[in-house]
Amino acid sequence: MTDTTPATETLHDVTVTVNGIRRSASVPGRRLLSDFLRHDLELTGTHVGCEHGVCGACTVLVDGQPMRSCLMFAVTAQDHAITTVEGLGSAPDARVAPTGESMNPVQQAFAECHGLQCGFCTPGFLTTVTAYLEENPSPTSEEAREAISGNLCRCTGYQNIVKSVLRAAEIRVERAAEEQP
Amino acid sequence: MKPAPFEHHAPLTVEQAVSVLTEVGHDGKVLAGGQSLIPILNMRLASPAHLVDINRVAGLDTIQVTAEAVRVGALVRHAGLERSEEAYAALPLLRQALVNVAHPAIRNRGTTVGSIAHADAAGEMPAILALTDGVVEVAGPAGSREIAWADFFLGALETSLAADELAVAVRFGRFPAGTGTAFTEAARRHGDYAMAGVGVAVTVTDGVVSAARASFVSVTDVPSVLDLGPALGGVEPGTAAWEAARDAAAEAVHAHVEPEGDIHASADYRRMLVTELTRRVLPQAADRAGALA
Repeated sequence: MTDTTPATETLHDVTVTVNGIRRSASVPGRRLLSDFLRHDLELTGTHVGCEHGVCGACTVLVDGQPMRSCLMFAVTAQDHAITTVEGLGSAPDARVAPTGESMNPVQQAFAECHGLQCGFCTPGFLTTVTAYLEENPSPTSEEAREAISGNLCRCTGYQNIVKSVLRAAEIRVERAAEEQP
Repeated sequence: MKPAPFEHHAPLTVEQAVSVLTEVGHDGKVLAGGQSLIPILNMRLASPAHLVDINRVAGLDTIQVTAEAVRVGALVRHAGLERSEEAYAALPLLRQALVNVAHPAIRNRGTTVGSIAHADAAGEMPAILALTDGVVEVAGPAGSREIAWADFFLGALETSLAADELAVAVRFGRFPAGTGTAFTEAARRHGDYAMAGVGVAVTVTDGVVSAARASFVSVTDVPSVLDLGPALGGVEPGTAAWEAARDAAAEAVHAHVEPEGDIHASADYRRMLVTELTRRVLPQAADRAGALA
């Protein structure tokens, strides 16, 4: 075996807006967006599962749309806006897990309905469902199942995740009603 | 599960992209959405020395509807085409098929032209290009050329695109008035690769079928179109004769496809499946044709 690590891999200066903050790092062209977030920007909320687009754990929002961060290169994400699981809540410090009202409705619903056990797949579900409810605010149970069909969970058996999606839709309505007394 | 090193190129125009491709030849690969390419790179099934990332190339992200066709640029994401009301009105088949392409997160990134250039027999959009008698628009060092779908797909994952050429757009042909279309597929899990799939287009003139064709997913090596005219021609949908004609069409499909078995489904099962799926979608397409007539 020859050493395939090139000593002179070209580095690219990549700047993206992550959770509202401009972040930069110098990385090789082959750096996956998932690794860029985790290794270079030290945002380890995005989880890496299969690394070929099947499991959905690494799903982030790119310009508001859910995409697999393991199927994008950081260099291609240049100048785009990324939202990771750390950016879903409204806690002042994204590194601290949100509680109560600082959780977004989907996070709150997953906590209430036990929509997770080990939590590995959860970041991908939270980003996927958050974007889904923006477009489909009141899904049926059937639609909720379809919405999460691109994300794998090996613990819950999905029943509580489906409940969480439906509950998140309710919480969105409840919160909107509270804001307009 | 990390790609091998490559040189990343980010051309801003089609000319620049073609010039890089010309320079790097077979060592180069075009990156658009990357939803098929990046898994292959991550698993190191391929390790091109150069990646020509066309995501910053201007002018490739448009959908144009003309009287004859829906033209889709190389940077139009599946989701963008799926949501285009103009494209849906002109050619409903596009959305009918696109909702079956992988999962929403993949459709948000993957491009329709990329899926066609990837030429996977399990891909929906190559089959749709065939069914609509579509064309691939190509830019190369010698200028541009057009490749009819039948000359484009050579084999599994193999096309007639040269190493120095870029597929800049595809044109899906529109059907004549009175044509109804339908698409369906069967997968183990919604959004997974289909075990079998079929798209049909049925034209009804003066109450009877005047043309009908079908193309298939996952049961032929390359996209192919089966003329169902001999089975369905002259028959009025919904009648007893239509039921017999539908059986004849299903039989023609059964004889036409050449599925291969794998861990997901045996060849025999896929053949049975696509035959039954065809039987099911034909009335949908005929209904829609009637509604339009």
